[in-house]
Amino acid sequence: MADRAQPVARTLATGGVPAALLLALTLGTLAFVAVRADGFSALGPADWVAVRFTLWQAFLSALLSSLLAIPVARALARRRFPGRGLLIALLGAPFILPVIVAVMGLLAVFGRAGLLNDGLALLGIPPVSIYGLGGVVLAHVFLNLPLAIRLLLQSWLAIPAERFRLAASLGMGPQEVSRFLERPMLRAALPGIFLAIFLVCLTSFAVALTLGGGPRATTVELAIYQAFRFDFDLGRAALLAVIQATLSLTAAIIALRVTVPAAFGAGLDRPIERWDATGGLLKLQDTTAILLAAAFLVMPLAAIVLRGLPALATLPGPVWQAAARSLTVALASMSLTIALALPLAIATARARSGLARGLDSLAMLPLATSPLVLGTGLFLVLRPVADPVALALPVTALANATLALPFALRILLPAAHAAEADFGRLADSLGMSGFARLRLMTLPRLARPLRYSAALAAALSMGDLGVIALFSDPDHATLPLQLYRLMGAYRMSDAAGAAVLLLLLSFTLFWVLDRGGRPDARA
Amino acid sequence: MRLSPMIAGFLSALAPFAALAEEKPVLTIYTYDSFVSDWGPGPAVKAAFETYCACTVEFVGAGDGAALLARVLIEGADSPADVVLGLDTNLTAEAAASGLFAPHGQNPELDLPVSWSDPLFLPYDWGYFAFVYDRTKTVSVPADFEALAASDLKIAIQDPRSSTPGLGLLLWVRKAYGDRAAEVWSALSDNIVTVTPGWSEAYGLFLNGEADAVLSYTTSPAYHLIAEGDDTKAAMPFTEGHYLQVEVAGRLAASDTPDVADRFLAFMTTDAFQSVIPETNWMYPAKTPAGGLPMGFETLVIPSEALLFTADEARDIREKALAEWQTALSQ
Repeated sequence: MADRAQPVARTLATGGVPAALLLALTLGTLAFVAVRADGFSALGPADWVAVRFTLWQAFLSALLSSLLAIPVARALARRRFPGRGLLIALLGAPFILPVIVAVMGLLAVFGRAGLLNDGLALLGIPPVSIYGLGGVVLAHVFLNLPLAIRLLLQSWLAIPAERFRLAASLGMGPQEVSRFLERPMLRAALPGIFLAIFLVCLTSFAVALTLGGGPRATTVELAIYQAFRFDFDLGRAALLAVIQATLSLTAAIIALRVTVPAAFGAGLDRPIERWDATGGLLKLQDTTAILLAAAFLVMPLAAIVLRGLPALATLPGPVWQAAARSLTVALASMSLTIALALPLAIATARARSGLARGLDSLAMLPLATSPLVLGTGLFLVLRPVADPVALALPVTALANATLALPFALRILLPAAHAAEADFGRLADSLGMSGFARLRLMTLPRLARPLRYSAALAAALSMGDLGVIALFSDPDHATLPLQLYRLMGAYRMSDAAGAAVLLLLLSFTLFWVLDRGGRPDARA
Repeated sequence: MRLSPMIAGFLSALAPFAALAEEKPVLTIYTYDSFVSDWGPGPAVKAAFETYCACTVEFVGAGDGAALLARVLIEGADSPADVVLGLDTNLTAEAAASGLFAPHGQNPELDLPVSWSDPLFLPYDWGYFAFVYDRTKTVSVPADFEALAASDLKIAIQDPRSSTPGLGLLLWVRKAYGDRAAEVWSALSDNIVTVTPGWSEAYGLFLNGEADAVLSYTTSPAYHLIAEGDDTKAAMPFTEGHYLQVEVAGRLAASDTPDVADRFLAFMTTDAFQSVIPETNWMYPAKTPAGGLPMGFETLVIPSEALLFTADEARDIREKALAEWQTALSQ
């Protein structure tokens, strides 16, 4: 490594500020809650049942999402068909929906009164119930499979075209290509993807509760909720949050340890041609994977749109105001996410492996943080110095940016690593550093993933109910909060309309930001 | 697409905050989120009280009733709130024990199904918990919990750990069946489609056909009747009686405008406040306004008996009732 001379100093200079901010927002807020506690009561057997259920459902959800993503991402990577770009863009949609909207969409397909059971009834088959572990995992896969596909697809397309050309000229068939090119790539990309989904599901609250069917499906996040609001016991909440964070960090360390970075070397960004995938059976396999995934993801979305469309035109004024507010928050959160993620990604890519792993796990912390603890901690921190209610929107943007950061980093890191490995030495030998290096080497190599992470951060923020619910006043409701308020006021059809508005806005935002970054090798 | 509200909405949201230096005292009221929403009682109550209090009312929404209390307990004596509005009798024992609340010193005439003598908290509305169903889909209506458990009706309920109606249901079963509550829950467990985090999710599931009935209020059908002209929703009258939810407000002892706060509590039981309640909160007003209840409320089920634990009883039984609920439903 050419930057062996002063790696730590440089890494700290670049990544230090975002890393410190991350620590403050995650472990810092947790510490604040703990400090305010009057004492720590011991955890009971019910808490350990919750821990077990939480781990198990998160493991299953992450495993299924990661495994199912492989055939779909592979198919999308090696096929071109009309509507491919739209489908890839649509993959962004489930992940950015407010949970309750996604759940209602899923139920329209898989619920007791859903399409699936209607179909089964026609065939004389008794209805199936998804409530329970099955429903929780189904919803988590629905929410996270698209993210897994998208991340994997990006890694697939990052294999330089020259490698496939070489494979073809060596006469490699699909099996050899899979062994020498695709498996090393999966080995590098999958653990991180698995981890991100595992952590998201670890703090699951509304999905697990709504589809879990009852107290059997109690998660740690619900136990934290209970400690806060039912028992008014900050100590217990903090203790549970520590357990949650410990589980997450352990998972992060394991996942990052089994990651083996792939080394494909530099390419010239030529269009990828896949000589290995012309067989009829492979085509059939890919078509099936794409069709199944599309049906699974698009049907609930279509149900949401159909249900809400009639009310869209007549949505009351406050909903539109909230939409404007949410857009502002989303753009602020997006800028903040990129401002934090880019230096962190560059620092991680340049650092020696130990430090890099440290930074990488640190960036996963927000996923391990209970949103309720984060919100309450922020509230306790802010209260002595400012009116938290007046700061509701900036705080929401900050919290959203923190929560989007792990995803942004997952997206940026592979490209940052590749840029550093492939062109870092050249840049060093030319004496490029600082801004020139960023402009001439890093940014061009990171353009696509940067747009994708910006799009994801903005859309995530758009759909997040998050901390605004803890700080709300009548004049600062965001669109997701307004949606919940409509539901709370019996106005379910207006709420369905607001859900469509939210979906359209998030999706448009995502589309506009991500367009140039569409992972299309022919772009 | 209707353009005017959209444009007006964008403009007003993007307009800079008009910071007006005001001399008038500010009355800060903490309440649950649905009270402050544009579709709740908040806007009308604010306008009505401001016309004669020479003050500015500032509502702050904090989740639901339990989140509201948690917020006040965290903030303690230096809370900026003057009035806390939206606790129910299942939460007031904790609130009273905190010592943060001051006596209201009032004795207004109320129209509650129970007598009221709490020195710290004054009711502003109330309702009976009930299972709401669709009359066109369910013909044979169970007359009590045991009949419900024996039926094959599917119900959606709320989690008592995260929802005040959920907690209300827990206490309802306990009050009606005493030590047989665990047995009733066991029998009910196969009727429960799912347990949601809050009222909205459960009600949404019911309206989307996921459940035959949902735990809500006897007043819920009034919304559908009055706002939507839909008379298909009805509440199931249960012979063992219905548990009450009485929603109350109290003044914080550390309020910096105690006079205005007390005036607000007095205002709360007058017609100007009470007449807003039925068609925004969809509950019964604590004091029926001179104009009576809105048309449509006369169609609602009136339970034969009102059940209610006192605040202290509710606090003492809560943990035990929760444990038996969890055990019964985890099998």
